[in-house]
Amino acid sequence: MNLGKTFMQRRYWIEILTAFCLIAAPFVLPYFNAAPDTVNRILVWGLFGIGFDILFGYTGLLSFGQSAFYGTGGFVAAYLLTQAGFPYVILALIIGMVVAAIVGYLIGLLALRSTGIYFAMITVAIAEIFFFVEFNPLSAWTGGENGLPGVPAPSLYLGFKTIHFTSGWSLYPFLAFVYFIGIVIAFRIVRSPVGAILTAIRENPLRAAAVGHNVQGYKLTAFVIAAAYAGMAGGLLGVMQAFMPPDAFMFDTSGQLVMQTAIGGRATLFGPLVGAAVWLFLQDFLQSTLGLGATWKLVLGVVFVLLVVFLRQGIIGGFRDLYWFVRSKLATAPEKVATAGNGHMATGTQAMRTPLPMRPHRPVPKSFSGPILQVTGLTKHYGGVHANTDIEFTVNQGELRGIIGPNGAGKSTFFKMLTCEVHPSSGKILFEGRDITGLSVTDVCQLGLTKSYQVNQLFNSLTVRQNLIISALAELRGKFRLDMLSSVSNTPGLNEQVEHTLELVNLTERADTPVSQLAYGEKRRLEVGLALASSPSLLLLDEPLAGMSPQERVETVKLLKSISQGRTMIIIDHDMDSLFELAERITVLQEGRILVEGTPDEIKGNAKVQEAYLGGVHEEIAL
Amino acid sequence: MLNWTNFLSQLFNGLVLGALLALISSGLTIIYGTLGLLNLAHGAMFMLGGYAGYVAYHATNSFALAVLAATLFMLVFGILLERLVIRYFYDRPDEDQLLVTFGLSICIVETVRYFFSSMTKTVPPPSMFSGITSMGGVIFPTYRLALIGIVAVALLALYLILYRTRLGLIVRAGIEDSMMVDSLGINVYRVFMIVFGIGAMAAGFAGIVNAPVVSLSPGMGEAILVQTFVVVVIGGVGSFPGAVLGGLIAGEIISLTSMINPAYSYIMLFAAMTLVLVFRPRGLLGKKGRE
Repeated sequence: MNLGKTFMQRRYWIEILTAFCLIAAPFVLPYFNAAPDTVNRILVWGLFGIGFDILFGYTGLLSFGQSAFYGTGGFVAAYLLTQAGFPYVILALIIGMVVAAIVGYLIGLLALRSTGIYFAMITVAIAEIFFFVEFNPLSAWTGGENGLPGVPAPSLYLGFKTIHFTSGWSLYPFLAFVYFIGIVIAFRIVRSPVGAILTAIRENPLRAAAVGHNVQGYKLTAFVIAAAYAGMAGGLLGVMQAFMPPDAFMFDTSGQLVMQTAIGGRATLFGPLVGAAVWLFLQDFLQSTLGLGATWKLVLGVVFVLLVVFLRQGIIGGFRDLYWFVRSKLATAPEKVATAGNGHMATGTQAMRTPLPMRPHRPVPKSFSGPILQVTGLTKHYGGVHANTDIEFTVNQGELRGIIGPNGAGKSTFFKMLTCEVHPSSGKILFEGRDITGLSVTDVCQLGLTKSYQVNQLFNSLTVRQNLIISALAELRGKFRLDMLSSVSNTPGLNEQVEHTLELVNLTERADTPVSQLAYGEKRRLEVGLALASSPSLLLLDEPLAGMSPQERVETVKLLKSISQGRTMIIIDHDMDSLFELAERITVLQEGRILVEGTPDEIKGNAKVQEAYLGGVHEEIAL
Repeated sequence: MLNWTNFLSQLFNGLVLGALLALISSGLTIIYGTLGLLNLAHGAMFMLGGYAGYVAYHATNSFALAVLAATLFMLVFGILLERLVIRYFYDRPDEDQLLVTFGLSICIVETVRYFFSSMTKTVPPPSMFSGITSMGGVIFPTYRLALIGIVAVALLALYLILYRTRLGLIVRAGIEDSMMVDSLGINVYRVFMIVFGIGAMAAGFAGIVNAPVVSLSPGMGEAILVQTFVVVVIGGVGSFPGAVLGGLIAGEIISLTSMINPAYSYIMLFAAMTLVLVFRPRGLLGKKGRE
């Protein structure tokens, strides 16, 4: 995959460049009057922020409670080193990190029960508990408001020589090394399948779950990662200051982290480091050089508000946008030639490539040989509204079934119950002989039953290819797997499946276009593609033709025909001509019940159907 | 000390604190419910109301005028803030709304610190309510007794606005579904502006009437903000009755625990919140619906 290759090249560049900058810093920065303590502090904040950026920037979970884990890691390490007489500094730091991660897991279980604003409020409140617990019940261990003084600096025994890190520039190599490891691991995580799924969760958690990912599990993973980074950073804070301050637990700590990340740029991993540098140098500059004293924070607050209003992606994001802007301005003319060339090549390759046969999907349980879907007595009542009543419905392997019905007939509710987005009031759904009633939408998708949505549910800031990768990953890796250190492009079978789906939905030439730049018809095709990429054995399509122009309809019907080869599909649509052309059998729903079922010709001639659609005036209008 | 007198007095203190928290939280929860925006500057507005009253009190020497001035000032302040900043954020993601209100709270706090320094300021209670009152052998500062009445009247006023006026009807409809309200031809953005103003006013009013009980400092809003979060989580986000109930529960928990051991009062408060989250994730009076 071309994309994989460029990823690889770029990856090493970023890491080598980071290493170079970290090594050069102590030689260059003194010329700019940078105090070594400030530089060290920036590194600690930067490391703290890497984990937070994975949680906030990539996964979209804004926590205002990271101080809890920062403090926990810091105090565990500091306690071991100062009170418990534990001699190994590096090991103590790692223990602190592990404890913070475990605490993060437990807190995450609770806090992640809610989303969005609720989540932010709960993290604030939970972090506050940690603050009070540190101050009072645990003050015998943590020193209460005095903190823990005397945290030793690490030393490294190399066999022939022992390196003692102390403070200032002498401690810098140690912190820089830890930061480097932190950023390398973070880049691997971000480029792993897990990282891709975290981004998908940020973009559209509902769809991420519907294509078969355990969203809750991955959110918890991000939360634990953030807690681990925070724990390590907290430990380093104690080492750096030779003192573990209780204010590590304060709300201000969490707030400063959030602000630094937003200033530097979210979802960049380096954002927190840049933000911390801006913050601390600004503080030095305003406080000492300009003599503003405590007022510096007011200036900072105003700068921050302006930044949030005008530069949404922070400093790094701003530079990135500027770079693309300048590049597109400079390269308008040659770019056009290049795209034309690319287009040519793409069509060329497409013409050469013979479409792969769809890989045989999860084998149907051997013992089973009945209808693929069997629904009995399915009923859904919302209070007094009877969306579906007592539906009996059977679809055989390989069938293409159409469902029609007037608006409000309960078609979409019926689909939602089949994919387990909505649980029925009563009744039973058998899929490949298995009772799936009451399962989650994720599990049902993993079993091979999924649907495309009536209203597009895409991952909007990702490209077409990335969208399909998210969906294909769920089928190839299962609903939850922590392969955080392997690259997305190394997932076996992924490339073929994505390329094949691109061809099926005719989006190969648009593969690297962001969803936001697609035309409506293309988005509709991608919507179907997202469902297809998980290679379902039963595919439900909820109004795939809705909103399309007549021309697009003709093309899409052709597309659906080719997709239906070797698949079982159920299609809801209002476009009867198209549906009669596509489907072998049609089921008509009316007022939540099945009105009639039969071949297209039987349905066309059925008086009850005409009555349902035309309300008794069918004599005057030929259907 | 565990005895009957002590218990009664703490129960009463809890009521005072609870009523106050209820008032501040209802502002937060109405704004959230209608605008879908969690105002992290709400604590700072509470603090600012106190300082506005402090200035007015020293200008006029009248507590009543101070309350009036602070309340009106905060109403105008809220509306201005909505016009100048907040309204540009309705269409932006939740995170951006949190970030900008968080930034605004820092601006407010630091501006107050710039003008008034970090030293605490006090506003004496009005002479009518100074001194102490003895009730059944328990002695209370008179102003605290009066405070319950004052806050109760404010809550009642808020209730009347919300449940007995046309505006309130629109606000409550907006909490259910603001897009629908917009489609009905009501200018929902003007309602948003007024609601933000009312929310700020409620916080500011609480700030000034509370000033004689607790001395003012620029950082006082932060602790209150966290407590109002707990109140809202316990009561249910977006629910006015929930804010009142949650406020009273929170006030009593803090007060009664500090009778036994003050160090644990906040821990107990958060423990209660955790219980609510586990057993009723939407809060005691929270409704399904808006996330």
